[in-house]
Amino acid sequence: MTDRTERRRAAPMSDLAGEGQEGMTTETQDPMTLTATRAPQRRTAEKPALRERNPGRFLILTILLVLLLLIVAPLLVVAVNAVKSPADYAANGPLSLPGKLHWQGIVDFWNRVDFGLKLWNSFITSLAVAVLGVILSVLNAYALGIGRVRGRLWFLVFFLIANLLPQEVLVYPLYYLSKQFGLYDSLFSIIIIFTVIQSAFGTYLLTSVYTEFPKELLEAAAIDGAGKWRALWRVVVPVSRPTLAVLFTFFFIWTWNEFFLPLIFLISNDNQTVPVALGVLQGDRMMDATTTSASALIGIIPAMVFFLIFQRTLTRGIAAGAIK
Amino acid sequence: MAGSTKNRGYAVYLIPGIVASTAVIIVPLVMTVYISFTKWTGIGSPRWVGFDNYTRLFQDANFWASFGHIILLILAMAVVPTFLGLVLAAVLFDYIAKRFGDRWASVLRSGYYLPQVLPVAVTGIIWGWILHPSYGALNRILESVGLGSLAHNWLGDPQYALYSVMGVMIWFQLGYPIVMFMSGLQRIDPELYEAADLDGATWWQRFRKITIAMIRPELYVVLVTTTIASLKIFGQIFVLTRGGPSNATLVPSYFAYKNFFEKAQVGYGSAISTVLTVLIVVLAIVFLRLQNRAERTSS
Repeated sequence: MTDRTERRRAAPMSDLAGEGQEGMTTETQDPMTLTATRAPQRRTAEKPALRERNPGRFLILTILLVLLLLIVAPLLVVAVNAVKSPADYAANGPLSLPGKLHWQGIVDFWNRVDFGLKLWNSFITSLAVAVLGVILSVLNAYALGIGRVRGRLWFLVFFLIANLLPQEVLVYPLYYLSKQFGLYDSLFSIIIIFTVIQSAFGTYLLTSVYTEFPKELLEAAAIDGAGKWRALWRVVVPVSRPTLAVLFTFFFIWTWNEFFLPLIFLISNDNQTVPVALGVLQGDRMMDATTTSASALIGIIPAMVFFLIFQRTLTRGIAAGAIK
Repeated sequence: MAGSTKNRGYAVYLIPGIVASTAVIIVPLVMTVYISFTKWTGIGSPRWVGFDNYTRLFQDANFWASFGHIILLILAMAVVPTFLGLVLAAVLFDYIAKRFGDRWASVLRSGYYLPQVLPVAVTGIIWGWILHPSYGALNRILESVGLGSLAHNWLGDPQYALYSVMGVMIWFQLGYPIVMFMSGLQRIDPELYEAADLDGATWWQRFRKITIAMIRPELYVVLVTTTIASLKIFGQIFVLTRGGPSNATLVPSYFAYKNFFEKAQVGYGSAISTVLTVLIVVLAIVFLRLQNRAERTSS
């Protein structure tokens, strides 16, 4: 028994060291680590204690931590320089810690782009799309997954394809039509478009969930005299609330992060969302190192806040999306 | 037959979805395909030109270049993150979580996932600044450690621009496969591993025969979604390079955007978008069929 578990624990290291040579090339080629990790594997049966003293045990953890640092480094560099005065940056470069916290860059940038308004535009758009998108997905999925209406397979194929379409293939007619209907440069156009686009994904996911919805619950509701409308709101929606929460979260964050269509539809300053306001400023003559970091930082913060709030729903949701 | 009458009342629930999808997806899609056969500046009425836009497209060096760039971007956004993510997910799940505890594994996973939660435009701003030739952090850092000769105009030099974008995209994408694979790995019955160990399988054999086989559904989903995402890439390109310098990072979506909104060649832009759409749909169908076949042979 000990033999088996010990080997299971020891084995990954040696093989990963071999694997690492293809992918990462540097540290893992050290012959010391190879022998250090291979050796205990053969000897664990007699001397399991050896493994515990093995310094190579931390090698993989170290590699993973270095990788983590590399991934987070750009964000740290941005954060450090966002609170640095331009003079400090010119004198000490990007890697030094700020001499003293300089919030003026952030404040100036905030006021210059009227960032509060952009936050509000992004928030209201994302919230409206998330609510409406979930409602539309529920209605579609109720008919397709539980109602199993005729032609449901074709509807599903349609929603699947709609989900795949690049926005470029829709953009010009949408731009043209929204001008005709007086919806151009208005948050309404973005809300309507993204409600439909997001609900294509929602319908697809939710239909597969509703296909396996417990029949007994629906029959019980029918016996109690509930019509289809009441059964939907009293039974189906409450039971599937966890999935709906996942959809809501996804729709909100996706809409918040959208760039292409808002860039085209929201041209006036008063209607811009956060990504558009930040994106169009790139290459602007007013931007220097500290202002750019300040702008990046105030773009990062809302996203991080959502990530922290929604973290559990998100990880659950990513799993739900995978296993159809 | 009883079933269809019982289910009749459900069709009304589909009406809002049908109306909305028609207005936002079907009508614009049909219009774009129609416009792709016309010459139109966006004002006045389109003039029918048959396949002219398409013949022009296939002779346009920029069009071929933009699809060539996409192939490299698929490498950076789909292939590399998937394989790296597979290895990292297996290490986190099978080694870090078991030896150092689940906490370490989940902290590392969240950290790797971080770039994924940022708005695409913001990641573009971060890297646009870091890689900026005159005030960017990377060149400043290289100079300060005496490697000034390695400093480049990362995004402004046609020779390096696409590789710089590829590097940024690997950074951006890596977290997604890791999270997907780790959630898939949780499905695996530990007894399978123990049985493999009893049979004397090495870690590598186990990784290939059990881990990869068991998370094959996730593997397909990740490959399909990331490949399609790379075909659609727009935001990063817009913010980082605007397709430049001298079209070195031109991609189909940005190429279409330029024709729509900068050159007022709506017919030509529509042809580009139509080709891109056909490519994506065909790719998705091929992937789905492969997946179905794989599922049938494995069961």
